[in-house]
Amino acid sequence: MDKRRAFDVTTLPGFTTIAILAFILLYAPIVTLVIYSFNGGNSVNQWGGFSLQWYAVAAQNEAVQDATARSLIIAVWASVISTTVATMAALGTTRRGKFKGQTMIYVIINQPLMVPEIVTAVSLLIFFSSVKVATGYSGLGYLILAHSAFCIPFAYLPIKARLEGMDTSMETAAADLYATPWQSFRYVTLPLLLPGVIAGAMLAFIISLDNVIITEFVKSAGQDTLPTYMLGQLRRALTPEVNAISTALLALTILILTLFVFVTKKRD
Amino acid sequence: MNPQRGICSLNTDIAVDARNVGKIYGAGAGAVTALGDVSIAIEKGEFFTLLGPSGCGKTTLLRCIAGFETPTTGTIHLSGRDITYDPPYQRPVNTVFQSYALFPHLTVAQNVGFGLKMQGTSAANVANAVERVLALVKLEAFADRLPQQLSGGQQQRVALARALAPEPEVLLLDEPLSALDLKLRKEMQSELKRLQTETGITFIFVTHDQEEALTMSNRIGVMSAGALLQVGTPHDIYESPVNRFVADFIGETNFLEGEVEAGQVRIGTGDLLGVDLDGQTGAVTLAIRPEQVSVTAADAQISGKIAEATYLGTDTHYTIGLSDGSHLVARVQSNSAAAFSVGDTVGVAIDAKAVQVLKS
Repeated sequence: MDKRRAFDVTTLPGFTTIAILAFILLYAPIVTLVIYSFNGGNSVNQWGGFSLQWYAVAAQNEAVQDATARSLIIAVWASVISTTVATMAALGTTRRGKFKGQTMIYVIINQPLMVPEIVTAVSLLIFFSSVKVATGYSGLGYLILAHSAFCIPFAYLPIKARLEGMDTSMETAAADLYATPWQSFRYVTLPLLLPGVIAGAMLAFIISLDNVIITEFVKSAGQDTLPTYMLGQLRRALTPEVNAISTALLALTILILTLFVFVTKKRD
Repeated sequence: MNPQRGICSLNTDIAVDARNVGKIYGAGAGAVTALGDVSIAIEKGEFFTLLGPSGCGKTTLLRCIAGFETPTTGTIHLSGRDITYDPPYQRPVNTVFQSYALFPHLTVAQNVGFGLKMQGTSAANVANAVERVLALVKLEAFADRLPQQLSGGQQQRVALARALAPEPEVLLLDEPLSALDLKLRKEMQSELKRLQTETGITFIFVTHDQEEALTMSNRIGVMSAGALLQVGTPHDIYESPVNRFVADFIGETNFLEGEVEAGQVRIGTGDLLGVDLDGQTGAVTLAIRPEQVSVTAADAQISGKIAEATYLGTDTHYTIGLSDGSHLVARVQSNSAAAFSVGDTVGVAIDAKAVQVLKS
């Protein structure tokens, strides 16, 4: 073998063992969860034969239906709002020259990735409670706003990556061909950016869908989302119904992530 | 205001009138001057070529005319109107980009119709214009393809059609042929010339290829280091270059140093050449084209030794060493009389009337 060969991590001792261990740690609990969602018995850890009964129970549970609808409404709104803001932020940070305070802007946009979530959750709780008092409004708007805010960096990153990979000569050519800046964005930049925007929106959707901490703090009474409903169930009797809901969420996430990979790979 | 300028801008035969245009990038110690102080008037319906090595400022000047750059100093007028600070989308000027910059998400027809659509032309009129322009570049059959499904030469034609469709007053071409292979490039050269004659649109063509410039242009502007050195017809530029740079850049040239002596020039070998002095005195440089040097077996005015012989098909290039150590390159038709080999002593005759005398 060529001794000057580049460093290859697979040749290190124990590589295979560590890799297998890591995979087991990551996936064994999930596999268990999925298996027990098909449990015919009433326990989350004692097998009682194969059955789809817990899926039926979950589907017929009004609280679950309610929480699912709420989760989806919030996730859709949050991904639309955060993707719009993220697209504007990405354009603002890539389609102009270097400017003073550019790093500061990056920090502000990516703030939700850095500030501990519990801190954001507590501050939102306090902030929104005074807004609630002042306005009297206590609808889903608070949850949508909160979700939109922490989804922005997740939507921003794929959009920015796509923009950075896009040649500005397209916009130059559009301007040369009488396109005003808005027309240039509408007919050239946006269509070319679309895969990035869709990827960003899907990522934001997933992030919103499984959020617990901020939702738990911000929600008013009776505003459970699917994850907070499940958290609530833990305090009572734990049945494989939670497994069934989790598995359904997992399936949805995998579906969206697969689409995400397709959309981002299809670029060019 | 300078009254002469007023008169100048009323001249309706001028398409692009750049006055004292300068472009400096950066500021302070790191400032780079891309364009010095360039003034140029390009006539309507002209095929004008900006020629120069890379980094000479020709593309910067083009981008200033297109509106992608704002000159640091000076003004640019288009048909008498000051457009120096107009955004690109308000200028009736279109560009064929070096990289083509075709919109990958639009079909050939949509690419070609883009400019007209942005101008608010009705869909029916856009369709008509697209059909007409695609016929002009012989791409009717490819209207529904995407750019990436076309060959390089076809993409080039689409870029051309897209820029021509809105019928601009001036078409700017930024080294559009540089990505094509030799054969295709030759084809496109005559194609461009044909299109320019047919449409009557003013073409401003940027290239570093002197042959391209000579064969296509009505006039050429030779640029170097951000300055415009000479503007003239291909004939003027080739036969009467203003300085050594132009002479050297346009075609192959021999340079011989000499001294003016009694109406003639004495070169390093001690021989006197009866060239047209053009009012020059003192130390001069003679610019001699290889085809103006003839080689004979018999004695001639100057004698030399063949140092190198290169057969190039129709022509043969001889590098001849002269007695003072300088060299002359002669281009001789391969079928003329005898061929010489390296080491032969030959006589060299220079067509003195064609020699350019430059200040040393």
